Amino acid sequence: MSAKIKENNYDQQTVLVCCGTGCTANGGRKVYEAFVEKVKDHTEWKVQPILKSTGCNGWCEKGPLVRIMPRDITYCSVTPKDVDEIINKTLLEGSLVKRLLYRDPVTKEHLSSHHQTDFYRKQHKVALRNIGEIDPGRIEDYIERGGYQALALALHNMSGQEVIDAVKASGLRGRGGGGFPTGVKWQSCKDAPGQPKYIICNGDEGDPGAFMDRSIMEGDPHTVIEGMILGAYAVGASQGFIYVRDEYDLAVQYLGKAIEDARSHGYLGPNILNSGFSFDIEIVRGGGAFVCGEETALIASIEGRTGEPKDKYIFPSEKGLWGQPTVINNVETWANVPVIILHGADSFASIGTSGSKGTKVFSLVGKVVNTGLVEVPMGTTLREIIFEIGGGVLKKRKFKAVQTGGPSGGCIPEELLDLPIDFDSLTQAGSMMGSGGLIVMDDHTCMVEVARYYVNFLAGESCGKCTPCREGIRALLEILTRICNGEGRPEDVEMLEEISTTMQEASLCALGRTAPNPVLSTLRYFRDEYLAHIEQHKCPAGVCRNLTTFYIDADACTGCGLCKKQCSVDAIQGEKKETHVIDESLCIRCGECFRNCAFNAVKIR
Amino acid sequence: MQINPQEYAEASRYESLIKSYPGRPQYILAIMQDLQKQYNYLPRLALTMISSHVGVPVSKIYAMASFYKAFSLTPKGRFVFRVCDGTACHIKGSETLLDQLYQHLGIKAGQTTEDGQFSLETVNCLGACALAPVVVVNGKVYGKVKPGDLEEIIRECGGQCHVS
Repeated sequence: MSAKIKENNYDQQTVLVCCGTGCTANGGRKVYEAFVEKVKDHTEWKVQPILKSTGCNGWCEKGPLVRIMPRDITYCSVTPKDVDEIINKTLLEGSLVKRLLYRDPVTKEHLSSHHQTDFYRKQHKVALRNIGEIDPGRIEDYIERGGYQALALALHNMSGQEVIDAVKASGLRGRGGGGFPTGVKWQSCKDAPGQPKYIICNGDEGDPGAFMDRSIMEGDPHTVIEGMILGAYAVGASQGFIYVRDEYDLAVQYLGKAIEDARSHGYLGPNILNSGFSFDIEIVRGGGAFVCGEETALIASIEGRTGEPKDKYIFPSEKGLWGQPTVINNVETWANVPVIILHGADSFASIGTSGSKGTKVFSLVGKVVNTGLVEVPMGTTLREIIFEIGGGVLKKRKFKAVQTGGPSGGCIPEELLDLPIDFDSLTQAGSMMGSGGLIVMDDHTCMVEVARYYVNFLAGESCGKCTPCREGIRALLEILTRICNGEGRPEDVEMLEEISTTMQEASLCALGRTAPNPVLSTLRYFRDEYLAHIEQHKCPAGVCRNLTTFYIDADACTGCGLCKKQCSVDAIQGEKKETHVIDESLCIRCGECFRNCAFNAVKIR
Repeated sequence: MQINPQEYAEASRYESLIKSYPGRPQYILAIMQDLQKQYNYLPRLALTMISSHVGVPVSKIYAMASFYKAFSLTPKGRFVFRVCDGTACHIKGSETLLDQLYQHLGIKAGQTTEDGQFSLETVNCLGACALAPVVVVNGKVYGKVKPGDLEEIIRECGGQCHVS
């Protein structure tokens, strides 16, 4: 982006410990506590370093991450035991702890900063601009990086309509999946008669394998709040709600603190910054229902009912929460708004493709080397994301597909890897942008089973209100389960297609209309796998247990013993350096040996 | 509402929690979440109390309690195994973990052992995909779990594995 996002001025040594979800699960919080404790124990400081626990840096694979500023040093996979060495060598002496640096897999060079790695170099942070740089619990950190300046600018120098015009000109489209132009939505709410008007932030991130919104709420809650205040000012709303999954403990905690701090600083509440404009935000904790990510279901849930969607003859922007005009946008969308207002629509619109502007955050997971969160300009190709940023497929296995868009999306095969990603290109490929999950699958992933997995997920989440979705998903699940169990019938493929088409046309809400996508996209690109299951009773990936028997190829086996060590049911026998054998009667077909054999000696019969 | 003496003590425990929210339907979800957190399930008596507090029929309250995944109408075990079945965990073998837990504990997802020690649940995604597959036991996160690790985890909780 041409306009700069403000950087911190570090005039003091600062230690940033990543305490995002991934790093915390890996012990990041303990590393932070160790720093707090041990920094106190040392007495030789000229100036004591500042310690901060930050939100998710995105590079979960290498966590817990510790960054030392202003020298911009990044240490990977840090444990509490490493803290002493970091303090002594780096903080006090100024030298590097080489063993904790990231080592480039190709050049074998140790890289002192994460900015030099392929994972970060190709990213472009807009929505995630502050995450990992600030302590999400401190409003001062956000303000120091230019926070709430957009709000002051808008309240004192722009009319509501000018804010909407700026958002329209930026080309921002909803990041929750639909891709509806945000400015158009706001205009319709502003023009709709009726008071009060409401603003909702949709933080009910339900797609399995996606955690972008969670990271934003946990790592930079004020940007969401500032975006919402700007939206409220633009459309003339007085009350806002953030609907967030209750499982997201940390997000609820930080958002709550952020709202309180924003109030005490005069950014929320009556007469914001003496402008005469008043607005406040309340947090609503969701009850764990995937369908509540759908706007009308979410509104029902906030009102205190079961989260069942309604048909959208009238959009929520005209009649939403309690029948009043309501703007609902997703977390990432809100996070982009302050940047657009502060740095101008043009600079935002200069990034991306002609139809999709700005950047998109993806959670890159599955069988990929660098699991984590990445933010790239719209129009970046899948190949760049998976192979350059993501470092390719785990264990150098063969890439098979990438699943985008969550349960409503589809699987994209290798031949489409050079597709520049934006809202429209993915829809054309039979998938969708969705909220931004990218799940990489290798040749050990069974595409029929993946389709069954998603349909099974949706079977549990369909609210049951309309028949095509409720019964259609059940029928799809029955057929797919049958195929995975080796009982597929020749007419099944056709039947899957027919049910899918009916569901797409007749379901009430987007959940039902998009539910067949995983089935249709796998049928489109991986039909041969379906046929292998049905006709030859084989699962080429070795996943479907009824169709799989593993054996060890005596010619390829070196007798290294790795499979024997990893078998949890002791089904593998053999002496070192001699061919091993699998006892089929004991084997539970978990595939651990198959996936881990370095010589590809474990095969499927 | 008629409350018998035995229930009186129970009711007074729920009352302060329920009354801490205004008596409007929009707070039903929040009240139920707090109850679920405190008691690990939604007691029947509490549901009727919510109903009269917010002025919504108990049938509607029940509909919500059974609709949202966060709530349970029966008490959970002392140790709750939550196996993440998000996509990343799924393609890295979470199904095998569920199978193995069934072998060891004799319960499937959604069930509790008869002695009330263990419950097994699946969750859609914990957002810790870098550690897939993930199992969480009473808040403690176990990452990159292999089928063979489960016995040890069960033993840590003081449980016995069935020999299968």
